[in-house]
Amino acid sequence: MPAIETESLRKEFGSRVAVKGLTLQVEQGEVFGFLGPNGAGKTTFIKMMLGLVRPTAGRGQMLGTPISDVATRAKVGFLPEHFRFHDWLTADEFLTLNGQLYGLGSSDLKQRSADLLEKVGLEPFRHQQLRTFSKGMLQRIGLAQALLNHPALVFLDEPTSGLDPIGRRLVRDVIRDLRQEGATVFLNSHLLSEVEITCDRVAFIKHGEVLRINALQSLVDGETSVTIRASGLTPAILAGLEHFGQDIRADGELQAAATSGELRAAARGSGRVSLTVSSEAILPEIARYLVTQGAELYALTPQRISLEELFIQVVGTDGGL
Amino acid sequence: MRILVIAKLTFREASRRKIALTAGLLGLAFLAVYNVGFYYVRTQPYGIPTAALGQREAINLMLMAGLYAANFMTGVMSVLVSADSLAGEINSGAIHAIVAKPIRRSEIVLGKWVGFAGLLALYVLLMGGGLILSVGLQANFFPLNPLGGIGLMYLETLLVMSITLAFSSRLSTLATGAAVFGMYGISFLGGWVEQIGGVLKSQSAVDIGVLASLIMPSESLWRRAAYEMTSPLLRTLGNFNPFGGGASVPSPLMIVYATLFALVALGLAIRTFLRRDL
Repeated sequence: MPAIETESLRKEFGSRVAVKGLTLQVEQGEVFGFLGPNGAGKTTFIKMMLGLVRPTAGRGQMLGTPISDVATRAKVGFLPEHFRFHDWLTADEFLTLNGQLYGLGSSDLKQRSADLLEKVGLEPFRHQQLRTFSKGMLQRIGLAQALLNHPALVFLDEPTSGLDPIGRRLVRDVIRDLRQEGATVFLNSHLLSEVEITCDRVAFIKHGEVLRINALQSLVDGETSVTIRASGLTPAILAGLEHFGQDIRADGELQAAATSGELRAAARGSGRVSLTVSSEAILPEIARYLVTQGAELYALTPQRISLEELFIQVVGTDGGL
Repeated sequence: MRILVIAKLTFREASRRKIALTAGLLGLAFLAVYNVGFYYVRTQPYGIPTAALGQREAINLMLMAGLYAANFMTGVMSVLVSADSLAGEINSGAIHAIVAKPIRRSEIVLGKWVGFAGLLALYVLLMGGGLILSVGLQANFFPLNPLGGIGLMYLETLLVMSITLAFSSRLSTLATGAAVFGMYGISFLGGWVEQIGGVLKSQSAVDIGVLASLIMPSESLWRRAAYEMTSPLLRTLGNFNPFGGGASVPSPLMIVYATLFALVALGLAIRTFLRRDL
């Protein structure tokens, strides 16, 4: 049973289509990143999942039940974007309120509140009204309320917004703990470096449609550009590199030397070659090949594509506008 | 259960935001001013007739004057405490974390309704009950049907609060206030038109007043409450009683109508909130 399953989920606000027909499946225990430019429909999608916005068409399920099922939300946590709250409550009262809404028993709730306040670093401020909290502290208490019910599925909408580096690390730790507990995390964030560190898979969306879903491991394991700096690279050695990869490009000096048969320039160690390999796992073989062929290897550097580059490749640079 | 959680939250909000304290203190100030004024009018040689018959009617009329003001204040308070409730939380986004919990939207509206109903009950008791008790202690006079009268005043606050919630589930706080006060004004004016029509025997004016009461029956509830608390003699002698209960008295059917009106308003509040994207 997937944690989240939607089929052609659509939302129109008057004549504006916010979510075009989103089909998605998120497995249980996954940390799933939801990426897209501003106005792509990410928050609207989360709101539809949680009953804040009614879908115009399509269907969706959470933890095996339709999204309209209120009882399922007892197993779901949610940190809204631009989190607002009743700021006249103290941190302790705020968690008690949310715990009661989750239907937690009083003793369980007391213990859980204390644990979470400790976890998010707000224990010393438990009796302080939320109106006195900084933006980062508010984000932390918001995070705590999303975890009160030991959720099986957590939606975090821009959880690191307003957080300093220590706060961001806290969010990463929380996500790691949730993963260890077997919970599913649905993470909507613009901070791609955070997503890259924490997520198993990401979906790129634009104009309310999923453009592509990527396993982040594939960014590590997948096609990689490699730069070789070596001397003694002969045309034969260069030709032999074709066994390891494709799109082989030598720098101008090396190219000229190879073409003219004059390899002295390359022999001085200034030769650079780049090629694209199917996986980083092949790099040791390339190193062995070059050395056994008599080349002197100075550097073998993988140029892994970052999530940001992939994002721009997939989504484009127009910001979805 | 979750209705009570929201109701408690509403109570706590009134306490933390000093709404209860401010309303309570000013309510006590109102009672103090009334008591001092009533004392001097009562003890002034020509203030109140000395003959037993006229004296009781004069005291009754003075009590009704106080209750008239108290009723206006409880009506206004109903709007003030509840107008920002749903609208404010929707506007700020504070409602998001609540709606995403395992709670039905109807429970949120009902919880708020129960919370406000409790707060307003205390306020009506303070204002209405305080006035009746003040007059009772000072002049040993109690109106004919104080429980019925206070009950109808309370029903009026519930009606106004339910209508406010209905508007608040769709409109902004300010628009909600403007809409409810507008309706309140129509009802107020309609009540006077109906009474004047009753005095002048103008059926058309009475009909306009009734129509206004059908649009917003709050003033009818006050006039029925006033009628319940007015002595039989005052009812017959005071053909045109400026504080209600005079020339044209709303029938019990109007109370049923007002109750249904409040229930429909509450139902509309739930329905609108249920269908609204947040």
